Amino acid sequence: MSTTSQVTDERVKEMSALRRWLIRPELGGIVGTVAVFTFFLLFATDSGMFNAQGIMNWSTVSAQFVIIAVGACLLMIAGEFDLSVGSMIGFSGMLIAIFLVILGWPAWMSIIVTFILCMLIGAFNGWIVITTGLPSFIVTLASLFILRGFTIYLPQTIENKTIIGGIRDAAEGDWLAPVFGGKIGQGIFQWMGDNGWIAVFERGSQQGKPVVEGVPMLIVWAIMLVIIGHIVLTRTRFGNWIYAAGGDAESARNSGVPVNRVKVTMFMFTAFCATVFATCQVMEFGSAGADRGLLKEFEAIIAVVIGGALLTGGYGSVLGAALGALIFGVVQQGLFFAGVESSLFRVFLGVILLGAVILNTYIRRIITGER
Amino acid sequence: MNPEHAPIIQMKNIEKHFGSVIALAGVSVDVFPGECHCLLGDNGAGKSTFIKTMSGVHQPTHGEILFDGKPMHFADPRDAIAAGIATVHQHLAMIPLMSVSRNFFMGNEPVKKVGPINFFDHDYANKVTMEEMRKMGINLRGPDQAVGTLSGGERQTVAIARAVHFGAKVLILDEPTSALGVRQTANVLATIDKVRKQGIAVVFITHNVRHALAVGDRFTVLNRGQTLGTAQRGQITPDELQDMMAGGQELVELEGSLGGTV
Repeated sequence: MSTTSQVTDERVKEMSALRRWLIRPELGGIVGTVAVFTFFLLFATDSGMFNAQGIMNWSTVSAQFVIIAVGACLLMIAGEFDLSVGSMIGFSGMLIAIFLVILGWPAWMSIIVTFILCMLIGAFNGWIVITTGLPSFIVTLASLFILRGFTIYLPQTIENKTIIGGIRDAAEGDWLAPVFGGKIGQGIFQWMGDNGWIAVFERGSQQGKPVVEGVPMLIVWAIMLVIIGHIVLTRTRFGNWIYAAGGDAESARNSGVPVNRVKVTMFMFTAFCATVFATCQVMEFGSAGADRGLLKEFEAIIAVVIGGALLTGGYGSVLGAALGALIFGVVQQGLFFAGVESSLFRVFLGVILLGAVILNTYIRRIITGER
Repeated sequence: MNPEHAPIIQMKNIEKHFGSVIALAGVSVDVFPGECHCLLGDNGAGKSTFIKTMSGVHQPTHGEILFDGKPMHFADPRDAIAAGIATVHQHLAMIPLMSVSRNFFMGNEPVKKVGPINFFDHDYANKVTMEEMRKMGINLRGPDQAVGTLSGGERQTVAIARAVHFGAKVLILDEPTSALGVRQTANVLATIDKVRKQGIAVVFITHNVRHALAVGDRFTVLNRGQTLGTAQRGQITPDELQDMMAGGQELVELEGSLGGTV
């Protein structure tokens, strides 16, 4: 009986290259990205979507999606959801504004304390989920309302308004604030402007300066988070634990994977990403509003699903999620450039989400060999 | 069984009570390196409780466990695993969506230090996985093949190969063949034979007499929390084993009414 299995099993067919590609989680994202860019290159080239300003416009919007999608992606692969991402964005922005403008703390301290508090809230979400065994969907839905409620209550009680401004002035000259609100590469853009490769302002106080000053830190954060997230997920031991925790928590525990620690860490990371998003936003706008980040949790989840992750956990890709976020940003802004009624964006979103989920389910069957 | 070897595990007069229920009422079993020790018994005979005691999940109410001649007290399964007692459960610790090599090293990932960061050493993991699986007679399409595409028997084999690779001295298999087809069962039994030949003690739990007789060196039958003795290979017939498991009389009557062997 031991000799029969020595030879190659004749029933295992060689996998075709196409099939091999099909089971890569990024496939949907890559195809979608190519399709979206082809579409807008054909129909919106002369709208200014692909000049320097236009590119900066949709990259910034995409980068926002990317930042929250990376967090949502790793958490979803670890088998959990966080519906409080949007509220967390509003809440953390409001905290920074309160610390900085109302309490008069230095900007660096406001930012660091906010990060610590928000990650603690993330950890608390995770702790509730693992100790009660309740679906994270419900637990974080509660957080969604609790955090949003506080985001409106706090500024109203303290200042009698729902928007706190004056952040840019208060953060002037701080060392940490530019890490979120600054821009890099001004020299290169000035040089490109001088050479006439990108447009420059023709008149006014900005005359001679390029229309795009530099790359906002928001985009830098997005790229960094994607690279770090991808490496952690695919190339480290912790990444293997993330897959394992989401694939089958019980089996992972039996094999000695600290599942609870992994999940709590991922909840904290999601909160971290939301806070990065919020900090960049308040530093750029100079104000914090109680309605910031509305619906962002769903946008993050949609980007992740378009990127090939399974809603049930255990499978997905950070690169895919980033491509999903890029599709998201490009289409949202592209429809605007193309002069299409913006409400159609939601229709597009719904359609692509449905398509992505169906494709993912089909791919899952191929991977696991279910019929 | 081999007199040159001392038993690796001696379970002496193990009793386990759950409240008012006596699950084990004084069970004694010796397991030697390189033997396949079959633990037989019908449902509810106490097989699961017994191996859980052996693997550190339960602490015995009374009795003594000697590991390598020294008294052992396992506080939890981790202690037992560290000492070299590995259990392959019916519910396998395998994740279908993950690749074979990721599963193989789950919880024991090899790392390669690049600068200050520890990276998962995929090259090493893939190489070892392919090697170990080939030793067990399974040719994978590649180390990145998902466990979900493997058959039940192959998954058992991956789990066994994993336990052996990580230094198991005693391998406890909890009904590895109960849900498998004929051919797959044969493969798992062949794997047990290979593991035994490496000098590892195998404790094979089953309620299928034919599977036990195919690979077993010694057979211990549990019935209602007690041992009905340990028999050597060749000293006992399948019918005798079957009778002992079922508690004798009733099964004979049943067999009569069914017109054959159960």
